[in-house]
Amino acid sequence: MSAQTLYDKLWQSHVVYQEPDGTALLYIDRHLVHEVTSPQAFEGLKLAGRKPWRVDSILAVPDHNVPTAHRDQGIADPVSRLQVETLDANCAEWGITEFKMGDIRQGVVHVMGPEQGATLPGMTVVCGDSHTSTHGAFAALAHGIGTSEVEHVMATQCLLQKKSKAMLVKVEGALGKGVTAKDIALAVIGRIGTAGGTGYAIEFAGSAVRSLSMEGRMTLCNMAIEAGARAGMVAVDDTTVDYLKGRPYAPKAELWDQAVAYWRTLKSDDGAKFDAVVELDAAAIKPHVTWGTSPEMVVAVDGTVPDPAREADPVKRGGIERALDYMGIKANMPITEIAIDKVFIGSCTNGRIEDLRAAAAVAKGRRKADSVKLAMVVPGTGLVKQQAEAEGLDKIFVAAGFEWRDPGCSMCLAMNDDRLEPGERCASTSNRNFEGRQGQGSRTHLVSPAMAAAAAIAGHFVDVRDLL
Amino acid sequence: MEKFTRLDGLVAPLDRANVDTDAIIPKQFLKSIKRSGFGPNAFDEWRYLDHGEPGMDNSQRPLNPDFVLNQPRYRGASVLLARENFGCGSSREHAPWALQDYGFRAIIAPSFADIFFNNCFKNGILPIALPAAKVDQLFKETEGREGYRLTVDLEAQTVTTPSGEAIAFEVDAFRKECLLNGWDDIGLTLRHAGKIKAYEEKRRQSEPWLFV
Ligand code: SF4
Repeated sequence: MSAQTLYDKLWQSHVVYQEPDGTALLYIDRHLVHEVTSPQAFEGLKLAGRKPWRVDSILAVPDHNVPTAHRDQGIADPVSRLQVETLDANCAEWGITEFKMGDIRQGVVHVMGPEQGATLPGMTVVCGDSHTSTHGAFAALAHGIGTSEVEHVMATQCLLQKKSKAMLVKVEGALGKGVTAKDIALAVIGRIGTAGGTGYAIEFAGSAVRSLSMEGRMTLCNMAIEAGARAGMVAVDDTTVDYLKGRPYAPKAELWDQAVAYWRTLKSDDGAKFDAVVELDAAAIKPHVTWGTSPEMVVAVDGTVPDPAREADPVKRGGIERALDYMGIKANMPITEIAIDKVFIGSCTNGRIEDLRAAAAVAKGRRKADSVKLAMVVPGTGLVKQQAEAEGLDKIFVAAGFEWRDPGCSMCLAMNDDRLEPGERCASTSNRNFEGRQGQGSRTHLVSPAMAAAAAIAGHFVDVRDLL
Repeated sequence: MEKFTRLDGLVAPLDRANVDTDAIIPKQFLKSIKRSGFGPNAFDEWRYLDHGEPGMDNSQRPLNPDFVLNQPRYRGASVLLARENFGCGSSREHAPWALQDYGFRAIIAPSFADIFFNNCFKNGILPIALPAAKVDQLFKETEGREGYRLTVDLEAQTVTTPSGEAIAFEVDAFRKECLLNGWDDIGLTLRHAGKIKAYEEKRRQSEPWLFV
């Protein structure tokens, strides 16, 4: 057999049946469910008189609509509350495991799954959420799906898919101090663009990726979708295996040994062919900041806002002009002169323990600038919160004038009460800076947790490397 | 699912690249637990001058006269002409639901975001990728002539302009078949239930830890 990529292996091991045109029925091992994209799927299932094929493959959690403060008072917004209650009712009806709002395991679905060991190497993982690509960090084939597909997977345990092309993103060398997985992700998107990965599954490899923790690899795969790729993935190594050992849903005893032996084969063979290869030098990557309304509108922190006059392509020039206007910034302005109003540290991109540690290391012994109205830290799950508190990170944040909140998606997309007012500017560790993403008229700059904390201290963007 | 065979429709041009799902349907409308009724809030932030929330009477809200879809000449359009990477962002199906509820049945663009593209087929919308130069030409023709219509023939895989130019497009054979017949994916898949069970049995042997 010819040399296979990791993606080939994951794909091939899940094909149940293939149509003549290549459309395959792909078996799904893990189905994660949240409140926003599931109600219509449950309803469809019921209307058609069908039932879930394999209830034990499903794990549910409310995250998008949950409040991050005053939880004891429940959800104030009746529309949000109904959505969460609908999830509770559907899970109860079918006997689906759900980590409800009061459960310590509750949190952002893509932080919860891996933390529970519910995402394992060699699995196919789906969720009605585009950032499902996160789970690829475990050498799983993880796709975001639409609600019709949520219903399809519930009813049949399968997804109809066509195989993507394979892209290798290779990052070699050592990352500099203060440079993180988030900066790699933004650098990759800056290089290939938000549509650069469309039609591809991306494998991240190279010594810089190997040296990342699982948290860092998840950050990287999380943003594969922002590069247009439906899936991102990283091969199995000791870091993967060590992370999973002892997690509640990970295999135990002799099954563990059997699983690990199989997992170790989950890497691209030497000489495997990729349809596209992108190479980056880790040592050259600096902390990044987005300046516009798409993740590809990004530069290094020591750079300047681009000048539309220098863009030849009229569609692109129009895009830059519109973004500058929306963001309320000027061409050629140094990034470090952009002042911010609020800071958001959290989300499925950067709401894990390591992210909170990185932010706390910068905040420690310092104070948020008075001009910054709010700096909020939202742990990915209740367990992340508990761990952070055990390490005293909450005290560091509070002493620095940051707010310490309960887990959920929060201001990543502002479906709950956490949002920016029109025109407000935020340093955010989330993954999307689209118009209106963090509230109507909101202005989002994507950065790493360390960079966000540094911006909170300075009141404007600064090179975090100067603070370390 | 609604069938799609042939469509003769008025064309509306949306001349922006990277139109994302948050722009197609802002998140405050995602809290609905229904599938329908999203049309009046499609492109809400561009379309109205005020801020929209669920439950508002949209017919009373001030329209943004600068937003292209608000121009009377594009009222009733069923073909949306768009630019690169249309539908990028989230996987939420509310975006095609909103476009469909608005009245669009076909979207023509040089490229689409992957998950959005897929979601369209599940909702009876045909996304058509054409070369950028062709899309450019269609933009010019649409903007140049009021009442500009295109005929989309899925069977023949062509988009025909008023001058009779037939532009061919690609579509997966399986998706085409499903859309032409209005087939329900789940029903189709369940015909393979025996194969799925057999596959599960095999995996239960080779990767037993997945089934405990
Ligand atoms: S944290 Fe943000 S990107 Fe992640 S699942 Fe929640 S809303 Fe989506």
